[in-house]
Parts: sequence; C-alpha cells; structure tokens
Amino acid sequence: MGEGSLVVDNLVYLTAAVICVPIAARLKLGSVLGYLAAGCIIGPFGLDLTKDPQATLHFAEFGVVLMLFVIGLELDIKHLMKLRRPIFRGGTVQMLACSIPLFVFFFVIRLPWEAALVASIALGLSSTAVAMQTMAERKLANTGLGKTGFALLLFQDIAAIPLIAVVPMMASAEVSGDSGWLVAGKALAAVVLVVLIGRFLTRPLLRIVAQTGLREIFMGFTLLLVLGIALLMAASGVSMALGAFLAGVLLASSEYRHALETDIQPFKGLLMGLFFIAVGMSIDFGLLIEQPLVVLGLLGAFSFIKLGMLRWIAGPLEIPAKQRWLFAALLAQGGEFAFVVFGVARTASVLPAPWDGLLTLTVALSMALTPVWLIAHDRFLTKRNENQRDADTIEDDSASVIIAGFGRFGQIVGRLLLASGVKATVLDHDPDQIDLLRKFGFRVYYGDATRLDLLHAAGAAKAKVFVLAIDDPDTSVALVDTLLEAFPGLKIVARARNVPHYYELRNRGVDIVERETFESALVVGRAALSALGVGKYEANERANRFRRMNIGMLERMLPHMADEKRRVEMAKNAMNELERQFAHDMRTLSEHGDLSWHNPTYSRD
Amino acid sequence: MITVLFAHPYPDRSRANSRLLKAISDLDQLEIRSLYERYPTFDIDVEAEQTALRVSHTIVWQHPMYWYSVPGLLKHWFDKVLVRGFAYGEGGVHLLGKRCLWVTTTGGDLTAFTSGGLHAHSFSSFVPAIEQTARFCGMEWLAPIIVHGAHKISDAALDNHALNYRNLLQSLGR
Repeated sequence: MGEGSLVVDNLVYLTAAVICVPIAARLKLGSVLGYLAAGCIIGPFGLDLTKDPQATLHFAEFGVVLMLFVIGLELDIKHLMKLRRPIFRGGTVQMLACSIPLFVFFFVIRLPWEAALVASIALGLSSTAVAMQTMAERKLANTGLGKTGFALLLFQDIAAIPLIAVVPMMASAEVSGDSGWLVAGKALAAVVLVVLIGRFLTRPLLRIVAQTGLREIFMGFTLLLVLGIALLMAASGVSMALGAFLAGVLLASSEYRHALETDIQPFKGLLMGLFFIAVGMSIDFGLLIEQPLVVLGLLGAFSFIKLGMLRWIAGPLEIPAKQRWLFAALLAQGGEFAFVVFGVARTASVLPAPWDGLLTLTVALSMALTPVWLIAHDRFLTKRNENQRDADTIEDDSASVIIAGFGRFGQIVGRLLLASGVKATVLDHDPDQIDLLRKFGFRVYYGDATRLDLLHAAGAAKAKVFVLAIDDPDTSVALVDTLLEAFPGLKIVARARNVPHYYELRNRGVDIVERETFESALVVGRAALSALGVGKYEANERANRFRRMNIGMLERMLPHMADEKRRVEMAKNAMNELERQFAHDMRTLSEHGDLSWHNPTYSRD
Repeated sequence: MITVLFAHPYPDRSRANSRLLKAISDLDQLEIRSLYERYPTFDIDVEAEQTALRVSHTIVWQHPMYWYSVPGLLKHWFDKVLVRGFAYGEGGVHLLGKRCLWVTTTGGDLTAFTSGGLHAHSFSSFVPAIEQTARFCGMEWLAPIIVHGAHKISDAALDNHALNYRNLLQSLGR
C-alpha cells in the first residue's frame, strides 16, 4: 500500500458518506444508518473498493474517543456526582437485566459456559456511538431519557474495562504475561496520571498555547492532548474512550471548555462517521449468506431479549412513560466494545470458531437495526403518546445573558448584572483577563466570539440578551451579522466605538447602541458646568437636553447615511441647529428664572 | 442640630429663597442640605438623609411653592426618606417629637389666594398636605414662614422675613 492508496481510501470514504448520509437524512433514517450503508456499499461484500476494513475500524475508534472527550467536557465533577446514583445503580440493573437472560439463552443453545458468559456480558453493552449520536440528533440529551441513557452508557464504558482485562485470564491454557493484579495496578496508575496531568499540567499549557493566538495550534494541542491521553490509557490496558472521557471531565470546569469543544467537534463528527462506515464494511455478509437462519435467529433472539428487558427496566429507572420504548430502541443494539471483547476472546480461545464471527455479525446488524427500531417507534408509538405529554424535563443550564468582550467596558456591565443576581456567560479572547476574572467567580470562557459554533456552545440559542461589548468595530459588526442571521430572536445591546460604528450597528437594525465615551463625557461636561457655577441640577438638565438633541440628530441622519454628501450637509445643519437650540435655552432660561405663574410670560390673565 | 432641606432647582436665579437662606447660613449647629445640588439626577442617598435627620432636633423644609406643593425633588425626598420603619410604622420613631418648620415662597400676593382670586382658595387650604406629612411622622408643626409675592416683594420686606427666620432658628437652637 503506497501513499496513494490512503488518499484513494479517503476519497472513497468521503464520496460514499457524501452520497449516502444526505439520502439517509432525507429519508429521516438518521445519519448512522447512512454511514453504515455507505460502509456496506464500499466494503468487501459491496463494491470492494477499500483494502483493510479492520485497520480503518481501528483508526476510526478515535472518533469514539473524541466523542467521549466531548461528553466529558460537557460534564463537570459536580454534575457527575449528581449522576453517580443513575450511573452505578442504573448501570448495574441494566447489565444484569440484559446479560442474565442472554447468558441463559447462550447456555441453552449449548455454548460453553465461559463463552456464554463473555458473550452475554459483551452483548449487554450498548453502542455509545450509535446511541449518543442518535440522542444528539433527536435533542434528547437534556431529557430524562437522555440523562439515564448517558449514565448507563458511561457505566458500560467503565464495565468494559475489567471485562476486556479479565477475558484473557479466563483462557485456561495460554494466559498472557500480566497477572490480574498487575493489570489493575497499571490501570489505576494510568488513571492517576491522567488526573494529575488534567489537573495541574493541562490548564497552564492551554493558557500558553492560547496566548499565541494561533487557532490551529490550539486545535492541534487539543487533539494531541486527547490522543496522547487515549494512547496512554490504552497502553496500560484501560479503554481509550474512558481515558478521553476522564480528560474531558477534568477540563470541563476550565475556561477553555467551549474552545476545546468547538475545535474537536468537526474531527469528532468525521471520525464517528468513519467508524460507522468501518462497521458497515466489516459486516460479514458471507456468513449471512451461508447461514442465514442462524444469523437471523441470533439477531432476532438478541434483539427480542434486549428490547424486552430494556423496556421492562425503563419504568424502575424512572424513564418518563412516553419515552420508555424509545429508550429500549436506542440502547438495544450491541456496542463497539463487543467487537473488542470478541476479538480478545478469540485470541484467548474463549470463544470457539464460528461464534466469534456470528456474534460480531449480530452486533453489526443490531447497530444497523437501531434506526429501524426508531422508525418503527416513531411510526407506531409516537402518535399514540402525543396527548400524554410529560412534564418538561429540559434542563436549561445556560445563562440568559451573554457578554462578548470582557475588557474595561464589558466588566462594568457584567458586574452590574452579577450584583443584580444575573449570572452572565462571558466570552473573551484574552487568557490573562480570563484567569483573573475566574478568581472572582465569573463564568468566563475563552474563545473567538464571532464563531457560530462557539456561540452555540455558549447557549446563544437559549439566551435572551446579548451584550456586545467588543472594542474592535470590525469584529463587533461581523458578530452582529452572525447573530442576526443565526439567532434572530436574541436582543442585542451594543457598545459602539464611535459614530461611524454607531451607524454601522443601527443600520443593521440593532436597537440599543451606546457610544462608549458618550455618557462619561456628558458627566465630565456636567461637572465642568457646575464647576463654573451652574447649579448641579441645571447642569444635569443641560446634559440631558444635549443627549436628546445629539441622539435625535444621529437618528435623523440614519436614513441618509448611504449618501455621503448629504451626510456632511446634515452634520453642518445639525451643528447650526444645536447652536440655535443652545441660544434658545439660554434665552428662555434667563427669562423664566423662576417657573412662576406670576411671571409675565406665564401669566394666565 | 438643625437640618434645613432646601429644594430649589435653580438656586442661583432665586432672589427670595437665596436671601432667606443666606440669613441663616452662618448659624451654628445648622446644616443646609440643598437637595437639587446634592441629587441633580434625583438619586437620593436615603441613608445619608436619614442620618442627618436622626441627629437633628429641628427639621426645616424650605422651597418655592410649585403647583400648590413642594418641588418634585422634595416630594421624591418625602417618598424615599420618610419611609415606614424610619418615619412611621413599627420602629419608625426617628422623627418623633422633633420640630418641623416650613418656609416657603409664593409668586402671588394674598389676593390671589382668595375665593375670587387666581388660585380660588385661601393659602391655608393648601397647607394641610404638608402639615400632615410632618404630623404623621410625629413631628411638632411650627407656625410656617410664608413669603408671598416673592417676585415683587421689596428688599426691606424680604429682609424682615429673613430676620424673623434667623431669630426663630436661633431661639430653637438654644
């Protein structure tokens, strides 16, 4: 295989994905089925366009790793502690409920007991990739189902580790070098190492990298971090995905969370796609053709048991009534860990020859069945449940105010809001600033506020008010364009650098625009007037009148801003008008010194 | 301590009120709080105002009459400073037994304040709202100093009022 074939392979993957996924999405089958179909078509049993599906699958596992990292990023420790009950209680319930009947089934069809045990536990696991992707597509992450589902998947990821570690030891004859204790010790050491790295090394490093201001280096460092940790974990026998998840959790409370998330997102998406393509490619249709009844029987029994058991435990796990079948459908497939376990079991000769292939095929087919279950669910069950809507379980943890730019200007806005009990989400690109502010308890995130993905991550879709306090007019205007297009309902309150910037913003329809120096200059002007002997109240009145005049003039000129000649003329006239107004003020004020009825000008008779 | 709450939006253009104020400004144990100077944006520091009242035995409200009442900022001062728990209600004992003097100037002479005059009522019919404000807070209502026709009044007559004002505060201060 030369370098050329790598390029050709990528070309094939991308072409297949670009053709199949939009079709699947258009048919409302979900992107997972599209990727799987793409894999089947280009795989050895389809057009046979690529060489090594196993190697691709291996590579594509990084997609799962990155996904777990992103999931970790979205959870912080506090959140995780809240979830510990569903994780351990729910996880145990699910594993037992699915694995015991499967074990009985395998034992009945005369698998050796070790093989039956390994197979039943491995098949009890669901596919984090398929389920999380689908939950994300259906926006279920913040619902009762999403939370429980996530907790179960997390438990499975944890449970897969001892399983993968123990299977080789079950082989009576050729035990691999390491003893159980050594394996456990190495795993523990790796976890501790990751925690230490995540806690003490990553944040300062991220800060240094962020200070360079080079986005691609930040992105590169992020990838390096995730892959490094994943490989470290893999080397010590722990799953890469769990390592990445751990790294994500450790960085979840950091100010770089959003930036990390947005930088990883495209890689994650593509690699996940590749992973599903590889699964599609590795489906051994030969086996299906040779032993169709056996395969279909296995698939049917497996799906029946798992769907039924998941539906049965959905109630006790406090899944809302309306979502119970959906929950079962989402988690009924076999998981990617099953592939790994079967691989290990085959090498350790725990799983006898035809079964490893059959079970792998079953898992792959069950993944492909997931979209089918979901379609069936939507078709037959959704309507029936339409009227019995459950209480709203969507948890809104995003702030209602976002402040972009947290320099001298944004800080005052933020502090006023915070003092009024409003917690704002703050976006800024200065790492030094961020570190300082975090000490004072602000929720400050690092990143370029003009990026749509970052805005989404910061919760712009749910926020009510967007305070635009960025100092650079060009950036500010670009951000307004993005906001108006992507979040038309968001109320923008903007800081303008100067009058041209004011017009740029007003012409785009931003209602609330405040020139950054205007109010403070008025205050100084007021102070100067009163230092000259004008009464303070009168000085204030003059400043107020000036403000009204000035804003009125700006607004009157707004429609004429396109024509520059006209603008200059108006500016001149406005000055004259102001002069006239001032003269008028002086005259009337000196005439009516006291606002009295008995003053001749006010007299009523 | 005597606290004079002076409410005039344009003090530098007032003749009567500034002359009255000048007559008392050098008295000992007396503080003049010019509300429109202190709070030109109507952002009254309630704590500071209440502290000033706490240490006073006599409170003076001095202002020109606006629309048969006090100028807007003094009304706002009533609303913000004379609140339940300070001026009345439970715990609102801080003005109890203190003396209240009302000093005001009007534009019209006494003929305007008659049933056939410009204002259709006697001046005394406009007093109760102010007086009762003081009494509601438990204050002793002193005979007010009213300067009518403040625009036209002669310097001599105005000086007479000013001297009365000064002597009264001096006697209260003792």
